[in-house]
Amino acid sequence: MPEREAGGVKVALFIPCYVDQLAPEVGLATATVLERLGCTVSFDPRQTCCGQPFISTGARAEAVRLARAHAANFAHAEAVVCPSASCVATVRRRYAELLGAEPAAELAARTFELAEFIVSRLGTCDVGAHFPHRVALLESCHGLRELGLGQPTEQLGGDPSLLGVTERLLRGVAGLELRPIARRDECCGFGGAFSVGFPELSARIGRDRLRALAESGAEYATGTDASCLVHLDALRRREGFGPRAIHLAEILARRAPG
Amino acid sequence: MTAALDRAATELLPAGPRLVAHDAAVFALREKRDAAGSAEPDFERLREYARAAKAHTLDHLDLYLERFEARATAAGAIVHWAEDAPALNRIVHALLAERGARQVVKSKSMLTEECGLNPYLESRGIEVVDTDLGERIVQLGHEPPSHIIMPAIHRTREDIGALFARELDVPAGETDPARLTEAARRHLRGHFLGADAAITGANFAVAETGTLVVVTNEGNADLGMSLPKLHIACLGLEKLVPGLADLAVFLRLLARSATGQPISVYTSLVTGPRPDSELHIVLVDNGRTRLLADEHHKRALGCIRCGACLNTCPVYRRAGGHAYGFAIPGPIGAVLAPALGRTAEQRRLPLASTLCGSCTAVCPVKIDLHEQLIAWRATDVPRGARERWLARLAARVLASPALYQLAGRAARVVWPVLSRRWPGNPAAAWLAARALPEHPGASFRARWRARRREGVQ
Repeated sequence: MPEREAGGVKVALFIPCYVDQLAPEVGLATATVLERLGCTVSFDPRQTCCGQPFISTGARAEAVRLARAHAANFAHAEAVVCPSASCVATVRRRYAELLGAEPAAELAARTFELAEFIVSRLGTCDVGAHFPHRVALLESCHGLRELGLGQPTEQLGGDPSLLGVTERLLRGVAGLELRPIARRDECCGFGGAFSVGFPELSARIGRDRLRALAESGAEYATGTDASCLVHLDALRRREGFGPRAIHLAEILARRAPG
Repeated sequence: MTAALDRAATELLPAGPRLVAHDAAVFALREKRDAAGSAEPDFERLREYARAAKAHTLDHLDLYLERFEARATAAGAIVHWAEDAPALNRIVHALLAERGARQVVKSKSMLTEECGLNPYLESRGIEVVDTDLGERIVQLGHEPPSHIIMPAIHRTREDIGALFARELDVPAGETDPARLTEAARRHLRGHFLGADAAITGANFAVAETGTLVVVTNEGNADLGMSLPKLHIACLGLEKLVPGLADLAVFLRLLARSATGQPISVYTSLVTGPRPDSELHIVLVDNGRTRLLADEHHKRALGCIRCGACLNTCPVYRRAGGHAYGFAIPGPIGAVLAPALGRTAEQRRLPLASTLCGSCTAVCPVKIDLHEQLIAWRATDVPRGARERWLARLAARVLASPALYQLAGRAARVVWPVLSRRWPGNPAAAWLAARALPEHPGASFRARWRARRREGVQ
């Protein structure tokens, strides 16, 4: 893949609060990949949280407050790109109820999850990445079912050979061997506040996912959501087995040595 | 702050082989649904038709209820209206008592579970025998169903062998499903023959013809309705469908979504009583009109009780139905609980979901289940003073970039302390099964500033 000239699409990074605080390397990798693809990348430090934790715990007034702030911060951005399907789904699927249909639709139309931005907006599946490892894809429920980044297994009647954007990007990575996993789109059990309120049930679901990932023979588990990956890695380190978690952006940022 | 459901699941469905078996048995139903739905080229179109038909019926429910009552009455049935669970129980008891009925065979009905009909009748000296095999198993075990179509799915064949050895004429140690089923069949046959009355639910009620539709795989409802002179059918108001053409669509969806069968083994259409017999139909509200008046949540009344949302739900499969503490478990139970439930814990059930959205994706009538859960959380889930205070505080911090950064720095300082055991550690429950993520080092924004200073790009 040829390096592209800078100055293409102007991208405003939307770095979710938990990526900023817990998985900063995911944000940096996102910027690296987008810059390699010719985008001009900026980050507005006024952004904090999109409000999702408040929506999912029923704190509506607080959610409205954060959604308003988020919309204001990105009011003038040409394209808002985020390495988290879940936070993009919040903007696209939940903001209408909080901000009104029109302002929400306007912002949603400019807001993209990283993989869909690269494949659908920039029109490429090859970002020049090199990652010579066995990798399993941990599908993000919100990416799959709320953003339509792929076709969930429950959805019948579609063309099962159509690959989701995440899988297409992974297939474009040199050296990467994609390993199938059992129940490929079962939830990882995180669910944000769910894992706090229902810690044992959340862990049961997560451990089953970890087992499926381990049985796939993958060295790494990847996906579009650092939250699912952080959860799974916390279980892996306690259980002592399973592939390490690595965000899709980090794989896409890796280049061949030399 | 750990929810009751989480604690109950640990107790009622302990981790180990039992949990593994439950998850596998329930997920197998989901896979059968996928296979059956894929083999039906019109499946997605049927779902859309069913959604629209239910929406239309619920918008005009008054009309269809009156039409059903008129047509059923014209066919010779007697229609009763029950405002709530006590009213249903009183009506059914009065019908039985007036005719001196002491022995009742009952086929599976989630509505009567919801209303507690069995204990009501039993405490008044009426013997009620559930005739669905799974339902009979849980009845003999003195426990409620754990799934809306597979009442005993939490039980292994060893459990059932032990139960039947105690309660029926089965040698100890018997675990062969065919022999256990045969024993139940012999046991139930005697009850069928001696019954004074049959109680059934109904899967659908057809307004156009005044017809009840009862779907089973075992034929137990059919046998029950055919022997005694008195048949009492209990159904929720939402069971109405406009006509037989609509019924055809729902029948094509129901069994495929529930068990992956193209159609159930028995589908009986009952219009009026048999000769020399009585048919009583009790239409039950029990909170349903309250739900109907709620513009957003009335879609939940479209549920045809197929169980597909339970089968796909990662939480239900790991919790088991009993942990929910509500007659209807799983995603649809959590959606109905705020309207139909009574206790604060039941009204908190909308929190019992990761919001993965798989329930919405399988629902044959396209109820937006996970969206309904989100909506209930904002309006009806009881939140304690501490929760409200924490949300306000967190939002205040997150609304200010400066406070947010400060909180991030503070969290980095206390990070190592969080991973240790100490009384009152807010992360303790989470860390029971997980290791604290490794210290992340500097935040993204700090590294971004440094990257800019170093002149990358």
